[in-house]
Amino acid sequence: MNLDIAILLIEDGLASGAIYVLMALGFVLVFNVTRVIFVPFGDLVSYAALTLASFQLQRTPGTIWLLVTLAALAILLEVLRLYRIGQFARLPRALVVWGVLPLLPVACTLLLDGFALPSYVAIPLTFALILPIGPLLYRIVFQPIANAPVLVLLMVSVALHFAVSGLALMYFGPEGMRTTPLVQGAFDLFGIAISASLLLIVGVAAALSIALLLFFRLTLTGKALLATASNREGARLVGIRTATTSAAAFLVAGIIATVAGVLISPMTTIYYDTGLIVGLKGFVGSVAGGFVSYPLAALGGVIIGQVESFSSFYASAFKEAIVFAAVIPVILARWLWASNAHIEEHDEE
Amino acid sequence: MSAAAIRSLALAVICLAMLVAPAVLGDFSVTLLNYVAIYTLVALGLVLLTGCGGLTSFGQAAFVGIGAYATAYLSTTLGLSPWLGLVAALVLTSVTALIIGVITLHLGGHYLPLSTIAWGMAIYLLFGNFDFLGRYGGISNIPPVSLFGYRLEHMTQVYYLVWIAVGAALLVASNLLRSRQGRAIRALRGGEVLAECLGINPFKIRLFVFVLAAALAGLAGWLYAHMQKFVSPAPFDLRAGIEYLLMAVLGGSGYVAGAVIGAAAVALSKNWLQDLLPYVTANSGNLEIVVFGALFILLLQHSRGGIVPLVLRYLPQAARAPAVPHAPSADRLPVRTMPTAGQQLLVLKGVSRSFGGLIAVNDVSFSVNAGELLALIGPNGAGKSTTFNLITGVIPPTSGTISYGGRDLTGASPRVALAAGIARTFQHVKLRPAMSVLENVMLGAYSRSSSGFLAGALRLDRAEEAIVRAAALRQIARVGLAEQASTAAGNLALGQQRLVEIARALVADPSMLMLDEPAAGLRSREKAALAELLKAVRDAGTAILLVEHDMDFVMRVANRIVVLDFGKKLAEGAPEAIRKNPAVQEAYLGGVA
Repeated sequence: MNLDIAILLIEDGLASGAIYVLMALGFVLVFNVTRVIFVPFGDLVSYAALTLASFQLQRTPGTIWLLVTLAALAILLEVLRLYRIGQFARLPRALVVWGVLPLLPVACTLLLDGFALPSYVAIPLTFALILPIGPLLYRIVFQPIANAPVLVLLMVSVALHFAVSGLALMYFGPEGMRTTPLVQGAFDLFGIAISASLLLIVGVAAALSIALLLFFRLTLTGKALLATASNREGARLVGIRTATTSAAAFLVAGIIATVAGVLISPMTTIYYDTGLIVGLKGFVGSVAGGFVSYPLAALGGVIIGQVESFSSFYASAFKEAIVFAAVIPVILARWLWASNAHIEEHDEE
Repeated sequence: MSAAAIRSLALAVICLAMLVAPAVLGDFSVTLLNYVAIYTLVALGLVLLTGCGGLTSFGQAAFVGIGAYATAYLSTTLGLSPWLGLVAALVLTSVTALIIGVITLHLGGHYLPLSTIAWGMAIYLLFGNFDFLGRYGGISNIPPVSLFGYRLEHMTQVYYLVWIAVGAALLVASNLLRSRQGRAIRALRGGEVLAECLGINPFKIRLFVFVLAAALAGLAGWLYAHMQKFVSPAPFDLRAGIEYLLMAVLGGSGYVAGAVIGAAAVALSKNWLQDLLPYVTANSGNLEIVVFGALFILLLQHSRGGIVPLVLRYLPQAARAPAVPHAPSADRLPVRTMPTAGQQLLVLKGVSRSFGGLIAVNDVSFSVNAGELLALIGPNGAGKSTTFNLITGVIPPTSGTISYGGRDLTGASPRVALAAGIARTFQHVKLRPAMSVLENVMLGAYSRSSSGFLAGALRLDRAEEAIVRAAALRQIARVGLAEQASTAAGNLALGQQRLVEIARALVADPSMLMLDEPAAGLRSREKAALAELLKAVRDAGTAILLVEHDMDFVMRVANRIVVLDFGKKLAEGAPEAIRKNPAVQEAYLGGVA
């Protein structure tokens, strides 16, 4: 290996590492607020990338059918709940939140069907189509068991991944898709060529990470999310609706997943199940942060990007296996780090 | 007919039906049953791991793969006997699990299941990328198993092999769960503090169950390879891993029978979906996994216990909780020589503990003498329970020293404290609600008995079990719960649960008994009986350290009282002197008006 190749690998690793950082932050965010390890998070990346690619190919993205199905289920659940507590007066609001809002982008998509959409229309529409999925999944799947033990939530989450990615296979088919690059060209920095798309990915990932940080520090919603994360009961007692903050966490996760999907789709061909792999790598990164520390999770994401990039050079067939096996030394390091903490007690039956 | 007779009759009928099944059923059904058997072995591992031990693994399919590939490689490329393949499959899965387990099983909570996703994925990817394992094409032409020169070629022949394996595995697993180490496995679920305080090494137990579950998966893989005569990576991916977990949860993951029922339910419904879905949609292969995911979510949302508990609810009481065989045993467990009365036993010197900025226990010194009952009292938040946790090693002190019988216990683990002779109860009762009162109390004798995993699995532990059972029943009778010995501990009232904890602590034969609010939740007659019991225990030579809020109770039983307030020792002395101490009155009543 010479220096040129090393620089190439590092740049490659930085680009995918930036994506993994976003994923790691998303995992930590959703877990902290809702105690759900959001395995289908990666699937949302696939949905976002495939939706954008469908627009570019002038196809109708299958995402709309997912939204229609989820909205129908959510409304059904809301109607049942309101019937049970006898408050039908609140039905119109529920219909707007769970029906009209998610179906608006569906209507737009159907209206624009068949037109060649420029990026500045296709990308916002992709966001509008992916964002409702997170809160809808939360409402249908996780909210009814919000107080279940973490392990039950995890099993549900894994099962949900299979359902969501199975649907992705039905909607988008087994073929992969790739979107056209958002930016072209390269810069020269001290004799090292840096592509514009690398700069875009790292820049957007950094900007989004900082935006998240500011969101938690400066906005009331952000603070409510933090409060729910640190103590659910306590947050309830001071009047925070934990169901709302949880749905908000899934919404933010949707934003992160869409950004990741839009950024990653020009880099590599995305299949219906690519998202899981991307998500799991981000997850390996977040394990480094013990699921609580955002900076450590981000650092983990960067490292995973480099490990992947270099192992693809040395042992390309085992690239994926190496990245996943990396979780074991990461966990070992975590454990040695925190081994003086006292016995963990989890009263779960 | 007695409940036991009904059980054996039912078992005999099932065995007979299994024996004649291949003669009655067609080839297709026999094949399906063979798959059920193989799934059952994997699900059984998960029943032990998840349902009993509280550890979740999404990676079991990878262990099945290791077993299958090990024997496939050995019997094709190397041309060795499938029986050597069995040895290789079991050794390789066990060693892999041992290595992964040593690294990951220290992790609590959600780390472990998540890491299983990662290594499960890594192992699966390895199968598809090794040249010598045939990459994604796999290995074909695997020979069938031969038994006494008789080749088990046909599905009906394999049927007997797989179901004998299942029968043996079920027997071993249910023996194990009813043994000393099996109780330890079941005690892990719901937190490790209790296990540590009972002298159980949680890591060792977890590691054992993890390796056992992997070995069961390896056995399943061996059977699978020689039944299919072909292996490829696909059946060992994460999707298969979650299906195995679904089987265990669906069946009822705390029950051995749940493994069979869950495996059968999943295999049959999969088969049924494959028949049905093509009528609904063109790409039914994709919908299958969607339907499965949705069903699993519904199951976890609405009936987390699984099928077995649902069925048990409709069975008569006798079939559910077998009567306790009351066999008085002539032999006794080894007994501790009690320290001579009056000798200094427990000594705390300048012990402090802070949590962040809060000092919960501040420079506390006192001692407990052999044969005395010392009460530790103080208002809420005075640091009594923290002191208990410091003495028993649940948390280490920030500064100061703790010694017991001349031995330094500062910062020692709960297991060391127990070995030194300290047994305790908990302010927030720590029982295993699904286990019977008897089983909970028998857990207390863990540190006094020695049967290992193998002895338990093969029922070589019956003599010791009888002694332990008799010892447990004696203590249960002593706290007045003889009638409830076979009741599930979770069904007792809170006060009675506290008594079960006392019986459990007494079975450990402690030289000092530590009771955290034992009288809370008891009625006055029960309190009087408890007071008599404590006096009797003390008079037999066991020192008692008591935390209690009921002052009448404390004054009735205590020889000496130590008062804590805001983490500091406020006073120490005889009950009468404490009652008259103005500082104590101030602390309790907020000053004499």
